[in-house]
Amino acid sequence: MSLVNFTTREITCKIVYYGPGRSGKTTNLHYIYGRVPESRRGRMVSLATQTDRTLFFDFLPIDLGQISGFSTRFQLYTVPGQVYYNATRRLVLQGADGVVFVGDSQARQLDENLESLQNLQSNLLEHGVDIRTIPLVLQYNKQDLPLELILSPADLDDALNFRGVPSFSADALHGKGVFETLKSISELVLKKLAAGTAA
Amino acid sequence: MTSALNPKYSFDSFVVGAANRLAVTAGHTVAESPGAAYNPLFIYSGSGLGKTHLLMAVGHAAKKAAPKLNIEYLTLDEYVEAFHASVAAGQGDAFRRRFQNVDVLLVDDVQFLTNRKEMQSELLRLTEALQAAGRQIVLTSDRPPPDIADLDERLISRLSGGLVVDMGTPDYETRVAILRRKSEERGARFEPGVLEAVAQAEVGNVRELMGALNRLVAFQAVNDTSINAETVKRILGLASEGAGSASPGDGRTPAAKGGGGGGGGGDEFGEFLADVTVTVGKAVEAWRARVGEAVLRWEGEGYRTQRLEALLQRDAPAAVDKAIAAFAEDVERLKALEAEVAELDPQAAGQSVFRDPERLSEAEDAAAKVRAGAAPPPGPSAAFPLAAFAVGPSNQVAVSAARAALERPGKKYNPLVLVGKSGLGKTHLLNAIGLELARGKRAVVACLSTQAFIDELIAAIDGNRVDWWRARYRRATALLLDDIHLLAGKERTQEELFNLFNLLQDKDRQLVFTAPAHPNTLSGLEERVVSRLEGGLVAELKEPDREVKRAVLERMLTQQAVHPEPALIDYLADRPTDSVRSLVGLLQRVASAAAAQDGPLTAGLAREVLEGQSSRDSRRAGGFRTSGLVVSSLGGIKSREKVVWDWIDVGDRVIEEFR
Repeated sequence: MSLVNFTTREITCKIVYYGPGRSGKTTNLHYIYGRVPESRRGRMVSLATQTDRTLFFDFLPIDLGQISGFSTRFQLYTVPGQVYYNATRRLVLQGADGVVFVGDSQARQLDENLESLQNLQSNLLEHGVDIRTIPLVLQYNKQDLPLELILSPADLDDALNFRGVPSFSADALHGKGVFETLKSISELVLKKLAAGTAA
Repeated sequence: MTSALNPKYSFDSFVVGAANRLAVTAGHTVAESPGAAYNPLFIYSGSGLGKTHLLMAVGHAAKKAAPKLNIEYLTLDEYVEAFHASVAAGQGDAFRRRFQNVDVLLVDDVQFLTNRKEMQSELLRLTEALQAAGRQIVLTSDRPPPDIADLDERLISRLSGGLVVDMGTPDYETRVAILRRKSEERGARFEPGVLEAVAQAEVGNVRELMGALNRLVAFQAVNDTSINAETVKRILGLASEGAGSASPGDGRTPAAKGGGGGGGGGDEFGEFLADVTVTVGKAVEAWRARVGEAVLRWEGEGYRTQRLEALLQRDAPAAVDKAIAAFAEDVERLKALEAEVAELDPQAAGQSVFRDPERLSEAEDAAAKVRAGAAPPPGPSAAFPLAAFAVGPSNQVAVSAARAALERPGKKYNPLVLVGKSGLGKTHLLNAIGLELARGKRAVVACLSTQAFIDELIAAIDGNRVDWWRARYRRATALLLDDIHLLAGKERTQEELFNLFNLLQDKDRQLVFTAPAHPNTLSGLEERVVSRLEGGLVAELKEPDREVKRAVLERMLTQQAVHPEPALIDYLADRPTDSVRSLVGLLQRVASAAAAQDGPLTAGLAREVLEGQSSRDSRRAGGFRTSGLVVSSLGGIKSREKVVWDWIDVGDRVIEEFR
């Protein structure tokens, strides 16, 4: 992972939005896309099926411009959530600097969340990455749904967040919690970057 | 000795406020007249309030006032480390001397004395010594002396005996002044009221203040818009916003959204950008910290660091770590060169080129020069191989001792002292041992006469290069001195030999000496030298026995390609001679007689020559009128004193008597 390139003076962070199907990963990216000034964002690439399901991945490049003399870029990716696209997921995960796990807060989706989280762990391992070392945050999406359908963030923390990483409740459709999540993962990634170059 | 003072930390760049005025004034006073006013000066304050800055400022000011002062700045940890290193190297005294020669000693972070009893007593001793000598000590700590846990009462009273002064948190005005100065240094401009707003924040120390300023500078650089007093609080998170809380369901976004309607989204991104900017700023600015650390470290070790300081002047140099690594590499090379040179010529190692990585090539040249000039000490003469040494019962003890010493140099008989009268082969055996020892890998055998040793020392004293001379012998893996009795009355040489002896013996290096008699019978040698000579083995060479004589004769004749009759060897070997040298003399007389007659070497001729029936022809052939000894070009007695060269004219005397 060469995040900071002192020679070309570039910082590039690859952040992957991971999670079960229909949990709202692409929605996160769409919301971000809508808030980033045109001059700062690249074209969002979205390869979707006719029913708007992510087929391959979404890609959103954000150019933060010169920061401390470094041209700083973020690349946001999503993976297809469906179980049978695992090869694609693994491919997209390659070289990721940080992962946002977008969970579905609906009570009936809990198993899918767990399954996807395990899948994330094994796919990372395929790339030789330990899930305990990669920057990771959890987002509990769809917290806007009726309370009887969803689990509370505390319950979800109990069920999914056994590593105690930062977690955010969100309503990606309306943007609540989207940027908080992005900020948090960016910070983790950049801090790791600082530690990495210092070593 | 060089100080590790960061040039940026001077009184000029120190912002004085009510909270630190007393400390600064005391610092000024101390710098102007070290050792005279407050001694020791003890400054304490919380972290990040300028202790180190003030301490270094005192150093700078003192240096400026009196450039010749020896000023040493170091942290307590460095002091402890240096002490441990010197103790480990057996140089504890050198360490003490080093600090006792300091005119102004600046010690940072003495609170770390806790639980370091031995350092406490060391510091106590040093403080007393420096105070007694009127030298200045300035110390800093994060708490006053009595609050440093586990600190020796005597040290507390010592440290509190001068002036103990604290520095508090800067007040609002000072904070504004600091911010103004720092933003000027960074070339950043802010709208009026911005810095004041920052200064209003409650900060614990100056470092936090700097952190806040950095964030503003970074934010302004990215957004191309200047910040006003309103936005400051938001950027710095001073208002209602807590630290990025992750608690679910808290309404963080509405404020931004509600405020600007359509523009709300932009704000969300703006906030994100600000956050990232700060994080990136910290990450990439980390190189400054690393460079700074490197500068402090190498400066602390006494190396010049312009190259690294130049890096700091630039905005964002590429490959900082590489530059630091390259610098460290150069320093390592300098260290290696210095160590090498120190071994060859300690005086030359003191040159400043060995402390400046920018002058590495000069240092290489200097080292090469020293290397070239570092002639090894005189070695053994190749004319005396061990194989040519005739062995018999009379010298058996000495020869087997020599062989034992050769088997395990420095371990078995050290020193080995060969004693015996003149002409018995001591010099031969000594050189033979030297030759054998010199066969070893990397062996540096010093083998010379004591007279030459003394002469060299005198020349070294004369040329003011005694260090070089000493180093030359200290490198030797073996030291062999002929005729050690010549040291008699040479006090300085005895002193040098004594030290060299101890040093070499400690390192298990073989020492061999020769003397005409047992060391304890030699006069004019100091008792300590004598006792050391006796400490190994004193082996005596006696008058040559028949076996030795035969061996010597056979060898000499073979060398001259003469095949004598056995009777000649028997005859010569049986003749009473008290040394090998006189035996050789006998043989030479016979040989020259034979040469004169152009006849063979026979026992008969020998008898004729040696028992007085010598023919007049042979004398004439010799060309000299002698006292009975024939001086031959083959060697033998060369001393003018033993030969009567100018005979009086007998004729004159006869005439005189006739009258």
